[in-house]
Amino acid sequence: MDKKYLFKRNSIWWVKVAVPSKFREQFGFDLRQSTGEKDLDKALLVRDGIVSDLKSKFLGSNIEDKSTKDFLKKTDITDPQYFHKVVDCQYACPAHTNVPEYIRLIAQKKYTDAYMLNWESNVFPGILGRTCDRPCEPACRRTRTHDKPVAICRLKRVTYDNKGDIEDLIPETPKVKNGMRIAMIGAGPASLTVARDLLPLGYDCTIFEKDSKPGGLMRTNIPSFRLPESVLDEEVYRIIKMGADLKTNSYIEDLEPLINDFDAVFVGSGAPKGKDLNLPGRKEAKDNIHIGIDWLTSIAFEHTKEIGKKVLVIGGGNTAMDCCRSAIRLGAKDVKVTVRSPFNRMKASDWEIEEAMEEGIPILDNTSPKEFLLDEKGKLCGMKFDKMVMKDIDGSSKLVPSGEEVIYECDDVLLAIGQDNAFPWIRKDIGIEFGEWDMPVVDKTTMQSSHPKVFFGGDAAWGPENIIWAVSHGHQAAISIDNFCSNVDLNNRPDPITNLVSQKMGIHEWSYDNDISQAKRFEVPHADLSKALDDLKMEVELGFDEKLALEEAQRCLNCDMQTVFEEDLCIECDACVDICPTDCINFIDNDTEQEIRGKLRVPALNLDQSLYVSGELKTKRRMVKDEDMCVHCGLCAERCPTGAWDMKKHKYIEGHTLNNKIKVKEVA
Amino acid sequence: MSFIKPINHHPRLEKNKLGLTRRDYEGAISTLCAGCGHDSISACIIEACFQLNIEAYKVAKLSGIGCSSKAPAYFLNQSHGFNSVHGRMPSVATGANCANGDLLYLGISGDGDSASIGIGQFIHAIRRQINMVYFVENNGTYGLTKGQFSATNDLESKNKYGEDNLFKPIDLASMAIQLGASYVARSFSGDRDQLIPLIKGAIQHKGFALLDIISPCVTFNNHDSSTKSYDYIRNHNEAVGKTDFVPLGEEITTSYKSGSSVEVNLHDGSKIALEKVNSKFDPTNPGNSLNYIREKSEEGKLLTGLLYFDESSEDLHETLNLTKTPLNQLKQDELCPGEKVLEKINESLS
Repeated sequence: MDKKYLFKRNSIWWVKVAVPSKFREQFGFDLRQSTGEKDLDKALLVRDGIVSDLKSKFLGSNIEDKSTKDFLKKTDITDPQYFHKVVDCQYACPAHTNVPEYIRLIAQKKYTDAYMLNWESNVFPGILGRTCDRPCEPACRRTRTHDKPVAICRLKRVTYDNKGDIEDLIPETPKVKNGMRIAMIGAGPASLTVARDLLPLGYDCTIFEKDSKPGGLMRTNIPSFRLPESVLDEEVYRIIKMGADLKTNSYIEDLEPLINDFDAVFVGSGAPKGKDLNLPGRKEAKDNIHIGIDWLTSIAFEHTKEIGKKVLVIGGGNTAMDCCRSAIRLGAKDVKVTVRSPFNRMKASDWEIEEAMEEGIPILDNTSPKEFLLDEKGKLCGMKFDKMVMKDIDGSSKLVPSGEEVIYECDDVLLAIGQDNAFPWIRKDIGIEFGEWDMPVVDKTTMQSSHPKVFFGGDAAWGPENIIWAVSHGHQAAISIDNFCSNVDLNNRPDPITNLVSQKMGIHEWSYDNDISQAKRFEVPHADLSKALDDLKMEVELGFDEKLALEEAQRCLNCDMQTVFEEDLCIECDACVDICPTDCINFIDNDTEQEIRGKLRVPALNLDQSLYVSGELKTKRRMVKDEDMCVHCGLCAERCPTGAWDMKKHKYIEGHTLNNKIKVKEVA
Repeated sequence: MSFIKPINHHPRLEKNKLGLTRRDYEGAISTLCAGCGHDSISACIIEACFQLNIEAYKVAKLSGIGCSSKAPAYFLNQSHGFNSVHGRMPSVATGANCANGDLLYLGISGDGDSASIGIGQFIHAIRRQINMVYFVENNGTYGLTKGQFSATNDLESKNKYGEDNLFKPIDLASMAIQLGASYVARSFSGDRDQLIPLIKGAIQHKGFALLDIISPCVTFNNHDSSTKSYDYIRNHNEAVGKTDFVPLGEEITTSYKSGSSVEVNLHDGSKIALEKVNSKFDPTNPGNSLNYIREKSEEGKLLTGLLYFDESSEDLHETLNLTKTPLNQLKQDELCPGEKVLEKINESLS
């Protein structure tokens, strides 16, 4: 009798099916199931059914050599972060400014709307349009598809320079307050953002500032040849005018009374202590050695008006660049910047280094300060440096003295080697925990310290960053303070406001200009250098004029115009594959992400960029689009006969306290 | 509406031996209906020429009238082109080919242009073995005049407005085999994996190569009762086997089951390897091919792939013993060899 597949165990007949070798990793050597029958004849009746059931476990599935469990899943485009990530600039911006939208508004000459869109998310468009560290620009898609990024930052400045009257567009502060009093320490960008986000909700905001004018680092450390005082004053005082109670010349000696007097306290006091360099000769030469940020502050308040003829600036960050350029304008004739590291590892932004070099300032890299030198009268006359060299030590390359020493003469030295936080005014016993390097312990999401009523933001939270990060911290702190004062869980953060709307205006018409500009990045005009170097307050960059701005705006690829695919409508005619100028679109059998990335028309090697995967199509294939190089030209949607592709604008507004309450005009 | 495809391409786009990318073989942006099968065929021609390292200036694109005949504008925009009278592309191809045998001739035609008005021309181009690739972009309908039946539309197929087709279709592939075409293939615009190797083989083949490509008309012939719609072809397509194009000097790496594979040598030394589904099928025997096409047709299947191939064919240039030098490169003394030669000829006649 045919007893194939059957074996007996404890007088019950079982079915055993061998698993082919390629499935063994997943299923083991064989699959077994009891027939439940003691009688062979009865077992034979059910045998075939069980065999095919067992076999179908591996044969019925699509697996050939590997498990399908790691195969790509259909992309969930309802997750707001998916398309947000495609808009590289907006995703990279700490405040998630809607860059493509404001650039389109510039192209339509709607400067006021463009300004307000910026103001809503980054609060200081005029200031940031001149001074931002621009995390958006290295992220710009154009750096991958073309060459240089869109001049996003300078276009932001265009919105400020060309805007109309915006007084009516600023949210109103209610006359009747909600009874909650919030203290803010330091009138810098972080505190001002918190105030802006809380004032329209009825909070009573008091800002304590140690200097005589508000603005914080924006006023004291950014020279006015980069940021004119008028721009700074307009945007800073706009927030004060919204109803904040500003107390200038009010250095806080002790935090504790504020905690008791107010419902919540926001610490946005920055990182105000410039690092010193304790080398031989430091004490003796102290009259001619200046801490960079303090020196810049005293220029801003016009206490310092001159400097020696020969100046050495120590350090390679943006403060060093501001120091050397300020020194030239105060009359120094020979200014040098010395940097300990190699040139390509300098911390300063590329454009700030470029501008300093354009003003004729040499940057001496691999030069590590060793000693302050004094003349016979005991006055500073120069500095001795070690030349440094990169060497492989224990497998890692390290910077070590080469043995060569150099001496540079100087009358003054400016130290710009970093900043520290300093909280001498926060006593250790009031419930605020300090961790490593004497920094407060602050929650990354809520900005709350270990004292529930005290929140930190800006440079005060995690050390020196830049303005746009301070703004981002301010938004988050405002949400937390609002939640805290309303007895809502601090982790209950507002969702981003998103929507996805088709931009189809006709068979082949789109609401946006989908013609890709192939122009190179336009240069921002500069003031005449000979005049600019004599005047500390003369702005060096002139900004784009309208003609240049409109041309630069055309370079934007409209990354928020998303290619949205509906597999149910697709007839797999390949029209989109053929028309796509950057070969992003593929129809391919499903596989693991790694395999698929290698098999695309152009392999998707940039792992930071997502693959957009459809559900299964009629031929069992999937549409897989590599988001990396898509230029959002909409040709896939134009060539699609069934409307399976559509261009939809993805609006993304990061959640903050003013959502739904702000009066910025809605732009279609 | 976009009239220009952005010129920037993927920075990591592959380059061929000439240092060109696929994008360098493109033409103007298509003005055919979105989703037209003809555009997919253009894309496959672009891909095949890119992969074969073809220099665009050594190609002539010839066409007649019809949607298909617009297509040459949409690929190889650096090539020569001639858009002729309706159905008269084969005559132009014959003349051009006689005058210059150095160019690669791509004739782009459709079912109207070849199976109706130009069928006489089509037949004689095959009979004369013009060395060319003859594309029939076959959608079974007159798209340009709003969707009447063409001569290749199947008997049971209805038009977009529900009317029945009363006539049997002309099968251009069978006809070409009967007339002695030396390379006959049928494919589907929606199957680029099959189509590209077939185009590459046809380009490297010396003699008349017919590619009958079913190319759905999205506007007039892609409905449920059409037999030339994307869905219908996908469901009724039966390939004679998997076709691979193997360039000169490369080994055939795919291993086939013994007895199931056929290797076809092309005149430049490259090969086409065909893994057959049916071991009885023999693409080098015309009678066998015709029977097999008919058999599958009666089963309601559309047989695709390399249907017939004759390695030993000779082309028109060889038959007529024409000069290998293009006429425009012949020098004065070659064109007019002088009195002495004339005297010799006269003597030989006396």
